[in-house]
Amino acid sequence: MNGVHDMGGMDGFGKVEPEPNEPMFHTRWESRVLAMVRAMGAAGAFNIDTSRFYREALPPHVYLSSSYYKKWLLGLEDMLIARGFIGKAEVAEGHALEPAKALKRGKFSVDDVERVMVRGKFGRAAQAPAKFKAGDRVRARNIHPATHTRLPRYVRGHVGVIERDHGVHVFPDSAAIEAGENPQWLYTVVFDGAELWGADADPSVKISIDAFEPYLEKA
Amino acid sequence: MSEHHHDHDDHSELSEIELRVRALETVLTEKGYVDAAALDAIVQAYETKIGPHNGARVVAKAWADPDFKRALLADASKAVGTLGHVSRVGDHLVAVENTPERHNMVVCTLCSCYPWEMLGLPPVWYKAAPYRSRAVKDPRGVLKDFGVSLPKETEIRVWDSTAETRFLVLPMRPKATEGWSEDKLAELVTRDSMIGTGFPLEPGAPS
Repeated sequence: MNGVHDMGGMDGFGKVEPEPNEPMFHTRWESRVLAMVRAMGAAGAFNIDTSRFYREALPPHVYLSSSYYKKWLLGLEDMLIARGFIGKAEVAEGHALEPAKALKRGKFSVDDVERVMVRGKFGRAAQAPAKFKAGDRVRARNIHPATHTRLPRYVRGHVGVIERDHGVHVFPDSAAIEAGENPQWLYTVVFDGAELWGADADPSVKISIDAFEPYLEKA
Repeated sequence: MSEHHHDHDDHSELSEIELRVRALETVLTEKGYVDAAALDAIVQAYETKIGPHNGARVVAKAWADPDFKRALLADASKAVGTLGHVSRVGDHLVAVENTPERHNMVVCTLCSCYPWEMLGLPPVWYKAAPYRSRAVKDPRGVLKDFGVSLPKETEIRVWDSTAETRFLVLPMRPKATEGWSEDKLAELVTRDSMIGTGFPLEPGAPS
């Protein structure tokens, strides 16, 4: 979706302000939100692409004015309500009012913690031969899906070169909307700064994205 | 932008959101979806097991051991997996090497993708709009915000983490560190040097 989360190339957000000796969490609630998202995801309530989609789908003014973990909290509530794991009234009440819905992998317990501390595996068997190889010139398609996609707006319609082939991965555009994993070839595609930002761009800059094959066409 | 406006500065929002988080946690535990103790254990694992010390060990080993460096650049997940003392790492980790000709910098313009097993959870600035919006369009300007400047002719390569691949920058080894042990080298490796928004410490500089 063409949301405000797709920020690459936008102006007006100001300077980057690093915080010296930043703690891992600024408040306790941030750590609880992170833990709940990881636990419910690991228990099978949603996949990582769906959770990203729900955060992107927050109204733009909410997305821009909420802290990082507040976005996580709002996205988590929306997602669990939409999927019938919790009810709105339960959130308002702060207590369970209805029977639970079965989780794909069951209750998340202490024994499952080690599992969430390693990132998931997204590599899959190839469904078809790769269409592109390193060195090929490709154009990022001019597509504007209203649902989740990992093709940022700032590259759409622009020509780059395939640099690496990462094999076949779960396709987020499908997984986010529960349309199956639909595995696709994944490539690093490199763009010249001037191709993306025009003739005035810094000539020493190159930008790459990792692009799934359906995002690309031969140039 | 309000992403810089931390909640701990705003007591009314803090208490409201704290209540809301507590309410959700109560609902999830009462419904039997999660054990509260498991949530405690996740937080504890994040706080103790991951952090830039993991990445620093990998970088120091690559500086000290050319075979390991080759293996790391060829397949970082596999190479890191051979190091027993580093936290377990998932698939699709890619190490990218800084050279005098090329400087690498990592961003996630769409959200907050970050090699957290190597570097810990991302800092607020990495997840916030100023960095995410500008890193791909004006990386030299962003580096200036960090007090970093590079020669005009150095190529800057920005890696936008748009898939499940995760990027770890292998910074250049500081001068005057010949013969140093991996432990001593690891102390020079900063988090930002592995994101590409900083350099390693110089020998003798206060850490």
